[in-house]
Amino acid sequence: MIDGRARSAGPAADGGVGVWEHFAHGADIGVRGRGATAAQAFEQAALALTAVVTDPALVRQVTAVPIRCRAPDLELLLYDWLNTLVFQMATQHLLFSAFDVRIADGDLEAEARGEPVDVERHAPAVEVKGATLTELAVRQCDDGRWRAQCVLDV
Amino acid sequence: MNRAGMHRDGDYRWVIEPTGDMRVPAVLYADEVLLDDMDDKVRWQLCNVASLPGIVGAAYAMPDAHWGYGFPIGGVAAFDAEAGGVVSAGGVGFDISCGVRTLVSACTRDDIAGVQPVLAHELARAIPAGVGSTGRLRLSEREMDAMLTGGARWAVAQGYGSSDDLAHIEEHGCIAGADPHALSQRARDRQRDEMGTLGSGNHYLEVQWIAEVFDRAAATAFGLEQGRVVVSIHCGSRGLGHQVGTDYLRDMVIAAPSHGLQLPDRELACAPIRSDLGQRYLGAMRAAMNCALANRQILTHLCRESFRRILPGFDGQLLYDVSHNICKEELHDVNGRQRRLHVHRKGATRAFGPEHEAVPESMRAHGQPVLIGGSMGTASYVLAGAATGEALSWSSACHGAGRSMSRHQATKQWQGRKVVDELAARGILICSPSLRGVAEEAPGAYKSVDRVVDVAERAGLARKVARLGPLICVKG
Repeated sequence: MIDGRARSAGPAADGGVGVWEHFAHGADIGVRGRGATAAQAFEQAALALTAVVTDPALVRQVTAVPIRCRAPDLELLLYDWLNTLVFQMATQHLLFSAFDVRIADGDLEAEARGEPVDVERHAPAVEVKGATLTELAVRQCDDGRWRAQCVLDV
Repeated sequence: MNRAGMHRDGDYRWVIEPTGDMRVPAVLYADEVLLDDMDDKVRWQLCNVASLPGIVGAAYAMPDAHWGYGFPIGGVAAFDAEAGGVVSAGGVGFDISCGVRTLVSACTRDDIAGVQPVLAHELARAIPAGVGSTGRLRLSEREMDAMLTGGARWAVAQGYGSSDDLAHIEEHGCIAGADPHALSQRARDRQRDEMGTLGSGNHYLEVQWIAEVFDRAAATAFGLEQGRVVVSIHCGSRGLGHQVGTDYLRDMVIAAPSHGLQLPDRELACAPIRSDLGQRYLGAMRAAMNCALANRQILTHLCRESFRRILPGFDGQLLYDVSHNICKEELHDVNGRQRRLHVHRKGATRAFGPEHEAVPESMRAHGQPVLIGGSMGTASYVLAGAATGEALSWSSACHGAGRSMSRHQATKQWQGRKVVDELAARGILICSPSLRGVAEEAPGAYKSVDRVVDVAERAGLARKVARLGPLICVKG
């Protein structure tokens, strides 16, 4: 399991920082973000998505993309959030390394910052086809922290 | 895999009789080694599939089955619309109409030997592969509609390949019933610059040689002669298909309660075939299938151009093109009666037996070519559909080796540079922009394709015709 401590997410309300990790799925790969809030867990899951493609530390923040999603529940909101990032990555040829997410009443508003893919520097390992519903979960754990996860099809 | 509640029915067939919500049995084709290696989640997913409305016969798992999305990868299930049957976006997957096509040539391995590095370089230059790569084509909205309804026929009309190719493509290169209006704007946007691109992950263009022939008569009919060079292309409908899967999976999950569907797993998201959503998905999925066929046709043209720059006179006749992530309406024999079924094959290849009218006439006596991709560095196979496959699995067979370990495990175990060097020492050239990608796709990260194919043959799903060895592999 690969994991990483947040580089870009600011300190959460309780002073905690978010972390991301990957988890194994037969042919593909799972992404999991943890944070003090659901929004921070979403930011970390997005960093884990970038880390499937390249090392997020290699991705400069030179361009910002605004993102809005709306879904009937938090899990489908995570599905929409990650799939909107996949769409932006695919159509704009971008990689992202920093995210600011706000969630309220089923609405997500976010800014994703990154730069165009540079094959030499980023050496992207694989293209993400989409975030799936497999292992999709957004939960507040017993310690009060949030976990947001799903499997990506690559 | 846990064998509790499972009984053996012959050497390579394992049956789980219906319990709980299952409407039909779950049937797995495997030997003991492959069965033991399968994740328990394959069993769980297969039993879930067996519980879906309108399923006919059984839910089947091919010998290369592994944990997928709702359906196991290597899963086959047929549904009857008249019996309330469903169509499932998860049962087709994100890479709609991902498949393999193989070109055969008159070149021999010796002809290639002297030019292998320069040919590898040329193919890597000409075939857009990997993250951020784009094709040369930019389609207007009108041209995209024409591509989505025309498939490989559209590509041929644009000058990619020849009309002779079409007879050797599933459905003659064009899937009927495509509805471009059922696609979201996002799906169209994702394909804007991706026509004629290979993708990444386990997709590849591979130059291979025919290392062994098992069935001389079928091989002759297929144009396969030991020592000759062939090219296999494995890819699908690119971003457009991925977005169709993403869009409809979401729509089907949200609409499930309104269709009275209780899903044991949200990834099984489906809709009745005879519902507005089911029909829209089928129209969108068929458009994505045409996109995949057009894409492979363009790549074929680029590949032939590259070969001819290095080896003037290269022909590269199309042996066959068949998809392994699809839902198709087909006629099948159910207890002596022909029924029209929607057959889902998720990581499984259609394998019509001898004399089936869908098989090109020149090959009909031997059955449909079934193209099985290995991993880079290992063998690929050409099989032929067997007559017995109809009763066993709705004429379906395996599609590849299947992974035996995760991508992360693979990067821990292998370094991309070392994999490239070791394969080069064995005469196999790898061209990829990403060494991490190479490590993730290391041959050792996959199951033995030889065993999978042997079991498919012994189980009666298909017959072995030829084994192909890799020479050059272009990956994303």
